[in-house]
Amino acid sequence: MNNSIKYIWNGIVKENPTFVLLLGMCPTLGTTSSAINGMSMGLATTFVLILSNLIISLIKDYVPDAVRIPCYVVVIASLVTILQMLMQAYVPDIYATLGLFIPLIVVNCIILGRAEAFAAKHGAVDSICDGIGIGIGFTLALTLLGGVREFLGTGAVFGQVLQGEDFGMLMFVLAPGAFIALGFLIALVNKIKK
Amino acid sequence: MESNLVNMVMVLCVIAVAAALSLAIVNAITSTQIAKIEKDNLEKGIKEVLGANPEDSLDVEEIHDSTSTFVLYKTEIGIAVKTQSNGFGGPIEVLVGFAPDSTICGYKILKHSETPGLGAKAGEWFQRGNKGDIIGKNPANTSMTVSKDGGDIDAITASTITSRAFLKAVMSAFDRIYGSTHETSDASTQEKKGGKQ
Repeated sequence: MNNSIKYIWNGIVKENPTFVLLLGMCPTLGTTSSAINGMSMGLATTFVLILSNLIISLIKDYVPDAVRIPCYVVVIASLVTILQMLMQAYVPDIYATLGLFIPLIVVNCIILGRAEAFAAKHGAVDSICDGIGIGIGFTLALTLLGGVREFLGTGAVFGQVLQGEDFGMLMFVLAPGAFIALGFLIALVNKIKK
Repeated sequence: MESNLVNMVMVLCVIAVAAALSLAIVNAITSTQIAKIEKDNLEKGIKEVLGANPEDSLDVEEIHDSTSTFVLYKTEIGIAVKTQSNGFGGPIEVLVGFAPDSTICGYKILKHSETPGLGAKAGEWFQRGNKGDIIGKNPANTSMTVSKDGGDIDAITASTITSRAFLKAVMSAFDRIYGSTHETSDASTQEKKGGKQ
């Protein structure tokens, strides 16, 4: 039990995928134009991450070393496709905003990275905890980044207008704003952690 | 685990089959629901763009030409057309409603991948009462291009390419149904492609 909490905490703070490991930058920069988009992307990735960690930790003893990467990629791609179909059927509104980015979860290096670095070496329970931890860390980071960009760009957070319409600096909704906001957040997080 | 040809092929095959099987099962469960949602969206869209409840029995007609496909939903109070063009981030699919006298009585964007906060505003921008209002305009006697290109419609701020693409989709649908009575000023649009979105 102690170990589980350690792994979860590790994913959220010590090895936060966005602010510390700097993994999965493509969806991080691409989907965080608003807080809700960032959060949905984080949750979708968490779902895939937990299941892929679980399945890979279960099959790791039966997979020959030379073909382990193709095996992991097939598992991850199947999970992402399943998620895509489920979202399309049951949460069409979120799917409409995230649709383009869902298939990109397959190539998110956090997932393959955790499969290689963690799930392939640990048991099922530990792997699930690692998936939860990294997933929560990723979701929090994306929500934070999305919230900051949405606020600076449009004056709203989660669609709730906090400042007038003319407040926004358009740049923060676009790609350059993503890099700038991410850079400052990483600096801030590192400062706090010290 | 040691790799040799036999166990590599075996393991990959087993995993591929298991993956295919699980995908097939999920697809079987969700496909009816997905089809239903798409149908609902379209029906809701038709009601929305024509501004009234159309008769249940819609006459549907598909027109294909070299570049695009138009789907016409004919009702007693007008025609709703599904049309598309290429925007800033990919194809934009628009449902436009035309009254019998060819004025635009509504539109709905069905699919797009425009920049959130910019081009994605097209869903509200051209509605009645907003800055780029096209509702109630008749393309036969209105210049349906953005003001930058000499037209009568205000483009979305900082999203000229999206606005052009949207208007092009509307105009191509109009031309398809009512014939080419109006210049779409394609030439001037082409020249200025280098501009902002």
